[in-house]
Amino acid sequence: MNRLWKGGEPFIWLTGAALAFSLIMVAGLVILVLVNGLGFFWPSSVVRVRLDDGRALMGQVTEREQVPQPGAPPGTPVRYRIQLKVGNRDLYGADFVWIDEAKIVQRDEPVDALLVERREWGNLYGFIQGVRDGDREIAQGPAEGWNSLQVHLPDAQAVVDEIRRVEKKEIGAINYAQERLRLHMKKLALEGRQDGAEVQRLQEEMTQWSARYRDRESRLAELRERSRYALVVVTADNQTKELPLAQIVRAYRPNAMGLAAKTGLYLSKVWEFVAGEPRESNTEGGVFPAIFGTVMMVMIMSLFVTPLGVLAAFYLREYAKQGPFVSAVRIAVNNLAGVPSIVFGVFGVGFFIYFVGGSIDRLLYPEALPTPTFGTGGILWASLTLALLTVPVVIVATEEGLAAIPGGLREASLALGTTKFETTWRVVLPAVMPSVLTGLILAMARAAGEVAPLMITGVVKLAPALPVDGFWPFVHLERKFMHLGFHIYDVGFQSPNVDAARPMVYTTALLLLLIVLILNLTAILVRNRLRKRYALAMF
Amino acid sequence: MEPMIEIRKLTLKYGEKVAIEDISLDIPKNQVTAFIGPSGCGKSTLLRCLNRLNDLIDDVSISGTIRIGGIDINDPSLDVTELRKRVGMVFQKSNPFPKTIYDNVAFGPRILGLSGRSDLNGLVEHSLRAAALWDEVSDRLHTSALSLSGGQQQRLCIARALAVDPEVLLMDEPCSALDPIATAKIEELIADLKTRYTIVIVTHNMQQAARVSDYTAFLYLGRLVEYDLTKQLFVKPSKKQTEDYITGRFG
Repeated sequence: MNRLWKGGEPFIWLTGAALAFSLIMVAGLVILVLVNGLGFFWPSSVVRVRLDDGRALMGQVTEREQVPQPGAPPGTPVRYRIQLKVGNRDLYGADFVWIDEAKIVQRDEPVDALLVERREWGNLYGFIQGVRDGDREIAQGPAEGWNSLQVHLPDAQAVVDEIRRVEKKEIGAINYAQERLRLHMKKLALEGRQDGAEVQRLQEEMTQWSARYRDRESRLAELRERSRYALVVVTADNQTKELPLAQIVRAYRPNAMGLAAKTGLYLSKVWEFVAGEPRESNTEGGVFPAIFGTVMMVMIMSLFVTPLGVLAAFYLREYAKQGPFVSAVRIAVNNLAGVPSIVFGVFGVGFFIYFVGGSIDRLLYPEALPTPTFGTGGILWASLTLALLTVPVVIVATEEGLAAIPGGLREASLALGTTKFETTWRVVLPAVMPSVLTGLILAMARAAGEVAPLMITGVVKLAPALPVDGFWPFVHLERKFMHLGFHIYDVGFQSPNVDAARPMVYTTALLLLLIVLILNLTAILVRNRLRKRYALAMF
Repeated sequence: MEPMIEIRKLTLKYGEKVAIEDISLDIPKNQVTAFIGPSGCGKSTLLRCLNRLNDLIDDVSISGTIRIGGIDINDPSLDVTELRKRVGMVFQKSNPFPKTIYDNVAFGPRILGLSGRSDLNGLVEHSLRAAALWDEVSDRLHTSALSLSGGQQQRLCIARALAVDPEVLLMDEPCSALDPIATAKIEELIADLKTRYTIVIVTHNMQQAARVSDYTAFLYLGRLVEYDLTKQLFVKPSKKQTEDYITGRFG
């Protein structure tokens, strides 16, 4: 036994076990998120059940679990219940029902069962009764109705796309121009120029824009008029529902689809999730604005944190006289990394938003007040807050990198007659770049996952516009933005429809993991290239 | 003998600790002068006084004068980078920059403002030839300097020092990390270089001092014990301490 301890074998087992445990935990996390997240988009079969009380329900099975039977004598047979997503929220009030399997008398998967993803009210499950054009019936019965739907749905969707384009692009541009004109006029008024040629010109311009606006409005009305086709659906319990085709995102019959068709649908749903706009208070549709906001925020943060951290580390290690003061500063910087992130958020609100942003508003945007421009949460302030939060990480990594550069390298450069600055710039900085990137990787990983400080410095549940668009100056750093981390919190825990939103939590979490992974891999690739170039192999 | 470096009453302290005490000696031009002595005797410190590399260390105080080519190098009005361009140095551990061979040699000239492609190419080739490395690396100038062997790296460091065209070349135990063959090459190189440069070499290897140097200074505990022609010092030392050291009785 004694010899065993001295040989160190148990220690090796212990280290191995610790590593294995950590790996299992990480793998478990990833697998949980993967399974729950990726399964969400799969078009599973639509099941119709008839209960012993005569009710009929139709939907997709989302879960099956054991019914708890407290106090039951041992030997009682185990009972199960299933969770059915029955949709039709407008008819039933709730999307999900739990059904005790013992109460099911009949269960089948009708081939012509229809699943409609709607722009409002979630999914609709039922059977096609017909298709109408206004009051006129143009198709009857499931088969004919389905064919008619295939013909008319693309047109209806094209019209919807056109309506959206007019609303977002054309009317958006008009609103933007009018808002600028209004601010310009207010600015002139603030300067005491109530009338005069310029004001007149602005007013004329305003009238022109208003005319254009009315023109677009009539175009919209005309478009809305055009989409008068409607789908008539009868639900499993014989309720009839008339649904304008413009309301339909997708309609399909999962039970009639083959594997290839299902895969195609799956991929298109995944694409919608990644590239689409959110619907139904974020519980459906895509998360593109959140992806965009997250990535852009991390980028802006990197832009600030890298130079700041590197310069601070250079001063601490290369220029400052080492002593108790510098040690104290170093300890303080290290401890800064441990300050709870919400504290940074509070600082961001107090300093960046109220003080800096408020001052900018008073100096540069007085015409917009009392509506704040920079004096409210925005992507710039959120990024700066995160830069502050992560700067210790960059400082520490850079400092360690600097300490690891052999003194001989600096001496060699100085002995050639370079100044300290030339040595720092041409020899030390290139050699320390891999360490800087290591710091940046850690900083980005931390920043991408941080939510608490963002909630008070500029993240919103639903941002009306991306921080980058086609209007000058193209990048709008004062805008509020969406963020995947906050999206997870909001969808999973603040949503009115938690059951429907739960799968979104996993898919969004998966996406967030993926984005952090991609950002990190990019930085790691860059670092490895630098390492190869500046390899310090001999030291 | 025409002195290139004149050291007068040089004393150097690290804080309170005296590292060099009252050393005076003249180092002749275009000759190889070796500093020998046991570890900690101050020979490296003395060498680093000659290009003021000790400035980098806090708490150093120096008294006495050092003149190189007639100029007082501790004069506060003197630009230390100018001094270091005139006095090149090769270190104990080869320390090429983690760049290509070409960029290592071109580093100094570039800092000096030389940027013409052909000028640089010529200078790099000339320096590498002077360091007897050209034939070995001419076909891979743009590969990493760290891919060279230890001896090649040390010669690259010599080439890098020569590229800024110094008058004096300081060598701090340049062969201590090298095998005998690489050492022989460097020693051969030193013999070639002395026609153009004044060379000061620190070595703990007495055979090496005897082989390569024209003059030898023996230091012990921060003091100059004996300074003479190498032939004289090794064959007929005038001090008992020197004799004990070179015959291996201590050190």
